[in-house]
This record gives sequence, C-alpha cells and structure tokens, in this order.
Amino acid sequence: MTLRLVGVGHSHANGTAALADLQLEVGQGERIAVIGPSGAGKTTLLRLLGTALRPQSGSLEILGEAPWAMSARARQRLRARIGLIHQAPPLPARQRVVTAVLAGRLGQWSLPRSLLSLAFPLDATGAEAALARLDLADKLYQRCDQLSGGQLQRVGIARVLYQRPALILADEPVSAMDPVLAGHTLGVLTREAQTQGATLLASLHAVELALAHFPRIIGIRAGRILFDRPAEAVTPAELAALYANDQLEEPSVRIAPLSQPLAVPRC
Amino acid sequence: MLIATPAPRDPAALPRLVLTAVVILLLWPGLQLSELDLGVLFDEDNARTMGGFVADFWPPAHDTDFLALLARATLETLAIATAGLALALVVALPAALLASRALSLSAISRNGHPAWWAQALRWPVRGLLIVLRSVPEIVWALLFVRAVGLGPTAGVLAIAITYAGMLGKVYAEIFESVDPLPTRALLGAGSGRLAAFAYAMLPQATGEMLSYTVYRWECGIRASVVMGFVGAGGLGQQMDLSMRMFAGGEVASMLLTFLALVLLADLISRLLRWRLA
Repeated sequence: MTLRLVGVGHSHANGTAALADLQLEVGQGERIAVIGPSGAGKTTLLRLLGTALRPQSGSLEILGEAPWAMSARARQRLRARIGLIHQAPPLPARQRVVTAVLAGRLGQWSLPRSLLSLAFPLDATGAEAALARLDLADKLYQRCDQLSGGQLQRVGIARVLYQRPALILADEPVSAMDPVLAGHTLGVLTREAQTQGATLLASLHAVELALAHFPRIIGIRAGRILFDRPAEAVTPAELAALYANDQLEEPSVRIAPLSQPLAVPRC
Repeated sequence: MLIATPAPRDPAALPRLVLTAVVILLLWPGLQLSELDLGVLFDEDNARTMGGFVADFWPPAHDTDFLALLARATLETLAIATAGLALALVVALPAALLASRALSLSAISRNGHPAWWAQALRWPVRGLLIVLRSVPEIVWALLFVRAVGLGPTAGVLAIAITYAGMLGKVYAEIFESVDPLPTRALLGAGSGRLAAFAYAMLPQATGEMLSYTVYRWECGIRASVVMGFVGAGGLGQQMDLSMRMFAGGEVASMLLTFLALVLLADLISRLLRWRLA
C-alpha cells in the first residue's frame, strides 16, 4: 500500500477547514487524477501527501511509513522517495536547466557530489534523457528565465522524472500549456510513471484530460471526497454535482461531453 | 449647476505632520549635545592654519623615494583589507547559515515558521554576530596593537572580527529575503540543507552577496587606513607621519591613492555584477 489516510483533516491558519475526515487507500503503481473546483483542497491534499504539511487529525501512511512519527533525518530520507511537481516550478531564475533537473537527485547524492555537480554537471546525460522525454533536450544549457511558463512546467516534470521517486505528486502539472501539449505531456508523465513503477497522483482542472489519462478519478469538493471510482464509471451527473456553483449564475466550468475532445485554450 | 464640495481631507496629513514634529524634536537635542558650532570654521586663526596646510597639497608629492614608499604602503593596505575580509568570510558564512531561518527543516511543514526550539538555537549565533560587530574595529585594533605589537597583523585581526559580525548578519538577511520556495521545494524532496542552499538559494543571492562583500572590502580599505593611525600599518600609518610633519603634498598624494582604490573597488563590484546579471 503506497498511501493510507484514515480520518485525515487539516485546517488553514485562519481556522477554515481545508480537508476533513479523509479516507483514502492507494496501491503501488496506481495512477489517480484528483479533480474538483478551485479551493476544494486539492493542493492541500497533495501537500499533506508530500509531507509538506502535517495533518492536524487522523493518521497518514506514506510508502509504508508514518512520516510524522519518525525522526527528521528519516523523514528527509522518505521525502527523497517522493517527487512533487509544482504548478509554478520554483526554479531560481539564473539557474541553468541542466542544474535544475539534476537537483532532483539531491536527496540521494552525497554533499560533495552535489557541490561538484553544481560546478560541473556530473550527469548531463541523465538530465538530457529526462528532458528529451518532454521534447526539451535542446534547452539543456539554457537559463530558466529564458523559458516560457509551459516549458518551465516541463522542466519541473523532467526534474521529478530524473529523481525517480516511488510516489509522484503533481499539482496542476500542465496548467500553463496549450491543450494539445497538455494532453501529450500528461501522456508522457503517466507512461513514465508506469515504466518506473511509481504511484502517480495528479490534481487537474481539465476534466477531459483526467478522464483520458488516468484509470482512477477522485472528486474533491469542500474538503471532502465526493466520489472515488474508475474513470469509465464517472457519470456526467457526478461531474455536474462536483463543479456546481451556487454563487455564479452560470456555471463557470463547462464540462464537455466525454466523447467530444475539448479545444478551448486554457491558461 | 455644480456645487463645489470640498474634497475629503487627506488622511495622511496628520501622521506626516506628527512625524515631522517628532523628527525635529529628536534632532534638536542632538545638535545641542554634539556642541556643533560652525563658527570655529570662520575663525581667522583656524582658517589661516588650515589654509596653509591645504595650500601645501599642490603639487602632490611625487619623488621616486616617496612613490616607492607609497606603493608599498598601498599594497600593505590592500593586503590588510583583503586578508581581514577573507578571515571574516570564514567566520561569517557558517554563522549566517546557522543564524538564518531560511534553511530551517522544521519550517517546511509549518508554513515557513520554524519551531520555537529551532528559533531558540539561532539566538546564540545571532548574539555572537552582534558582539562581534558592536565593538568598532578601531577599538579592536588598539587592543591587538597592544597584544601583537605594531604592524599589519593587528589591522587584519581587527577587520576580521568586526566584519565577520557585519557580513554574517547581512548574509543571513539576504538568505531570508530571497524567494524561499526553491529552497523549500528541494528540502521537501529530501535534499540536505547545504545542498539545498547551494542549488536553490545561492543562485538567487550571489549578486547581492558579492556586491555587499566588495563594498565591505572597500570599507575595509578605509578602515585599515584609520587603524593605521593607531599603528596598525599600511597607508594610515604613513599618513599619520606625513600629517605630523605637515607635509601637505604627501597627504595629497595619499588621498589621491584612496580615491583610486575606492574607484577600483567600485569597478570590481560593477564588473562582478555585470558578469552575474
């Protein structure tokens, strides 16, 4: 079992509950999309699973270990086996792409090796291979501030692929890409996760991408799991209930019929 | 017909007035306490003495013997500032890493706020940095001149101690002012703290660190001159001698040398920043 959450809850600093009484079990190698309206708690869930947040209630087991019952050193070792793909990859502007990708393995490298690699990239081949899967091999020695938002997101994905973690968490990994590129990149990500035998959890705004690329879908609304089932069993009625918005007169998120590909550019 | 209504009163007016009043109230006693009296400048006797000394400034001394002496003293000054700064860096970098909360592991899961005990551990380092920089370098120089004798060693040690405190404090603040997300992302992916520092924080902080370090080097040159007056070697010691002998030309040459040195520091700083931009 890769993930086991029992009654997990978390509140923001201002007291509003972000997640409440979450029950979730995820097996090794599963690929799951987490969907839901803005502010539903998708990012909080990913941060909890990435041990970047400590749950305030319930018990949490990640890769067979309880992260908050272990020493800080052991927790760092556990974190090295978790890869988090950020929505806006936090890369220093002046850093070169090759260094940013190699930084994925800092958790596995010794300090001397890390420092040496900073001066001279020791595994440029590995970084290039990771970038090549995302069609970015030509950007190897460019600086991060010369890339577009979508390219940066792909560098962030390449870094996690290079890290080869047992658990990949992706927070809106394709939000800055055009629909075609987003679909292609998600395909690469899910395929790579499968070949590496990694468990993949991705939060997505684009429902049609989630249904097309992930076998299991979890719908989250207002900090609770609304449904959790195989992609082919998700009904349009459930999606409508997931995104229903009482405050807007017209639904802001239009859910396309499952058979029809959506071609509306998203930013 | 339009009725001209007066605009609502500027809400910032009163605070600004109060602030101005407070500043004046605080500064006035300061002027009194420091016994500032510009009249002495225009006193006839004083003006004549100063005028005579300044008139000697032209032409600056430039005979070969003096220039050789000047070159030696300049090199000594540069060496004092550089060696002092290098020693200061050895202390300042580790101290800044310890004092900064930007590399806190406990802060990752606490929204950037380290646990209280982690914060408490940083205080002794901060205290050490405060002690190091609170005593002026000239006092350290006087102390070391007595301990290790006249000469550059006293200057080097004095600069090293004071500047370690200053550099450590400013570095720690630079580390805390850069974008913390890259560092947190690496720490959150299991990286060690030093590796995360080198990969995420250093690329963002280098420019500012270099610029401040070069500026401190420039300050070190000036400080080593001042310390020369208490016998810590370099240009200052020469200048002290020349002043005592009322050799205005020599003083002028040395002031021109200072100007060149500060200009050099400025050029280096600009070059480094341009190279790194």
